[in-house]
Amino acid sequence: MSTTEVRSLSAPERRRKRGIITMASLGSIGLLLFGIFPKSGQPVTFSFVLGNEWVLAKELIINSKSGSLSFSIISLLAIAVATLQFRARKTIRTASAVFGATFLMSFLCWATAGKFVPFTGLLQGGLILSVPLIFGAMAGIISERSGVINIAIEGQLLAGAFLSGIVASLTQNNWAGLVVAPIAGALISLLLAIFAIKYGIDQVVLGFVLNVLVIGLTNFLYKKLLIPYQSTWNAGGTFPPIQIPLLSKIPVVGPIFFSQSIIVYLMYVVVAVIHIALFKSKWGLRTRSVGEHPTAAESVGIDVNKIRFRNVLIAGAVAGLGGAFFTLGALGSFSKEMTAGKGFIALAAVIFGRWSPLGAVAAALIFGFADNLQGLLTITGTPIPSEFMLMVPYVATIIAVSGFVGKVRAPAADGVAYKRGGGSH
Amino acid sequence: MKLKKLILPALSFAMALFVSGLLVAFSDSKVLALKSHPISMLSKGLSTCGAAYWALFRGSIFDPRLASGHFWEGFYPFSETLVAASPLILTGLSVALAFRAGLFNIGAQGQFIAGAIGASWVGFTFDLPIVIHSIAAIAAAMIFAGLYGGFVGFLKSRTGAHEVIVTIMLNYVAGYFLLWLLSTTAFLRPGRKDPLAPEVHNSARLLHLFGPDLRANLGFIVALVAAAAVWWLLTRSTWGFRFRAVGANAAASRTAGISVARVSTTVMFLAGALAGLGGAVQILGTEYAMTSGVGGSFGFDAITVALLGRATPIGTVFAALLFGALRAGGLTMQASTDTPLDLVLVIQALVVLFIAAPALIKSLFRLKNVDEGETISSKGWNG
Repeated sequence: MSTTEVRSLSAPERRRKRGIITMASLGSIGLLLFGIFPKSGQPVTFSFVLGNEWVLAKELIINSKSGSLSFSIISLLAIAVATLQFRARKTIRTASAVFGATFLMSFLCWATAGKFVPFTGLLQGGLILSVPLIFGAMAGIISERSGVINIAIEGQLLAGAFLSGIVASLTQNNWAGLVVAPIAGALISLLLAIFAIKYGIDQVVLGFVLNVLVIGLTNFLYKKLLIPYQSTWNAGGTFPPIQIPLLSKIPVVGPIFFSQSIIVYLMYVVVAVIHIALFKSKWGLRTRSVGEHPTAAESVGIDVNKIRFRNVLIAGAVAGLGGAFFTLGALGSFSKEMTAGKGFIALAAVIFGRWSPLGAVAAALIFGFADNLQGLLTITGTPIPSEFMLMVPYVATIIAVSGFVGKVRAPAADGVAYKRGGGSH
Repeated sequence: MKLKKLILPALSFAMALFVSGLLVAFSDSKVLALKSHPISMLSKGLSTCGAAYWALFRGSIFDPRLASGHFWEGFYPFSETLVAASPLILTGLSVALAFRAGLFNIGAQGQFIAGAIGASWVGFTFDLPIVIHSIAAIAAAMIFAGLYGGFVGFLKSRTGAHEVIVTIMLNYVAGYFLLWLLSTTAFLRPGRKDPLAPEVHNSARLLHLFGPDLRANLGFIVALVAAAAVWWLLTRSTWGFRFRAVGANAAASRTAGISVARVSTTVMFLAGALAGLGGAVQILGTEYAMTSGVGGSFGFDAITVALLGRATPIGTVFAALLFGALRAGGLTMQASTDTPLDLVLVIQALVVLFIAAPALIKSLFRLKNVDEGETISSKGWNG
């Protein structure tokens, strides 16, 4: 901190400043592209009713041009507020969120001009697509906060999907599938834990190899067993959505959050438990200390590698449970490489959310929503090629990692094997 | 080279084949049907597994059935191994080079695609004399892919964006960009609806090494030259010294006056160019026409190749030959014994896993005094 009039910016402040500049340029482009350039507006129909929830507004028709224009202006106002808050040295999180939401709405009005948009369905689908991402991100956080990099999320998800699908099919019982899913993920984690912690192998490399191993194994068995004997090995079912009384009746919010399958409700529980446990419990404190400064943790009598071992196993179980979503929550049967890189997107969510559970959930929700939006726009047709829409989550991640998030700081000892008494640095 | 150094890789490979063999034997329905007769189950399992591995060998190295005329004709399948190994060597070198400078390049896939786009575009658009056309196409591939890779290094040095995340994301971006490109009039072959580019002109294609019947082509020589160049760069040049210094200890290098930012940008540019060269070799030497699936699993394979090769150029060449043989033989195995090609992935992963854990192999075989070689390590998120 300098005492002179010229204020030097600290690293987080510089990052925040860069974030504001990024938002300002995005917002201005949005204003021009979506609000000013289109010659004439067309009506956009937003429909809000999905099932049998209470009806607040059935649908809303707005003009695409004036809609885009007004949302763009609000987004620019949000940036102005963010700038003021930055000057006042306050957090700009809320203003950034408002910017994000209004910028997206501005884009949505422009992209769907003249079309019908099932608004509630869009958000509901977005949440569903983010479920495996959230489970995967939680797995990443539990493991990495204790100092073990988890790149094997993809493999853990895939193993969970595979085993839960098979067991649900063989026993004709979805619950059996749900129970074994965490075990499958934990088995992959067991390999990760043994090799990374016991043998001290590089964790990024190891996670990568485990992914290849699981993809190879599941592809092999899929072709060898699941295709030829489909009726016995790959004929599970899906969990039906459960309507939570009253809550599911709330307009818009109800169908999105409270009319989902059991796996989604489990996800709420998992996120809440991890968030609270990580910051409020003894386990959380130990986990974080082992991930930040293992030598110090050891000196107060914590068994570093035991904590790490346990956390990696828990992480695998969480990801495995998320894997069950692919089979028991969505498709009903296993298909080849059905996780399709979701584990890597979950990893991006971990980093995007800066290793905090709620941050990662927010990131995962954004990715899920973008994915679903892309699906909708591909069907309705857009002014831009669908391939570019498909790129959006990935490009957004790159922008976020380099602009908003800037120099991300992982747990200090993340990825560094710990040898007792030898120190880790 | 000392023979001792080979003990560990050889045992790792043997262990991987053994474990995968169990998988082949005990996932076969005919073997499982003999559950009540353990002895006949065992022999059936052994024969199933043996048949699969024999097909693997036949498809990659030597097929006695082809040797009926001339003995050397039995080695025809080896040409397929060379074909499969060439792009693996190049993408493997890309990952290995970045590794040596402390960067984990997961983006070989995207860079490979960028290179394939460049080579394909120059190959089918322009009319140039024979050798010049190939060189121009290769140059375009290397520049496209080099920029695609260099961008990652630039971003890392300017903003701290971690290369693992950025390269993962860029792989997807490249895939979708290719898909879009193949739907435009510039790249879609006239009269076609499926994503398929026109064939590159004859003048741009790489010469076949052993006559028109065998697909082995100059691409393999290009790959060997690239490996030699990377070896020279890493061990004999000032830049290579800087790369390795930064890879070993970035903070110390910075203190010593090396610009870490410039090193990461340069290394990623070169790594991208190598992977792009792989894409060029694949298009100009083997496939001629680009499809949406041109990237295959080269990004994945490249990493396993570099790991098995311990991130050294020579090791990478041999690792790529081994995995190339598995690829080539895997196709024969799939066709003739009903064993899915994906077994190759399992073998690949197991080999790397065992080789990365020398302690495991040593304790399994009760070995002492085995040369473990250098262990490869990435730098985690904070490196």
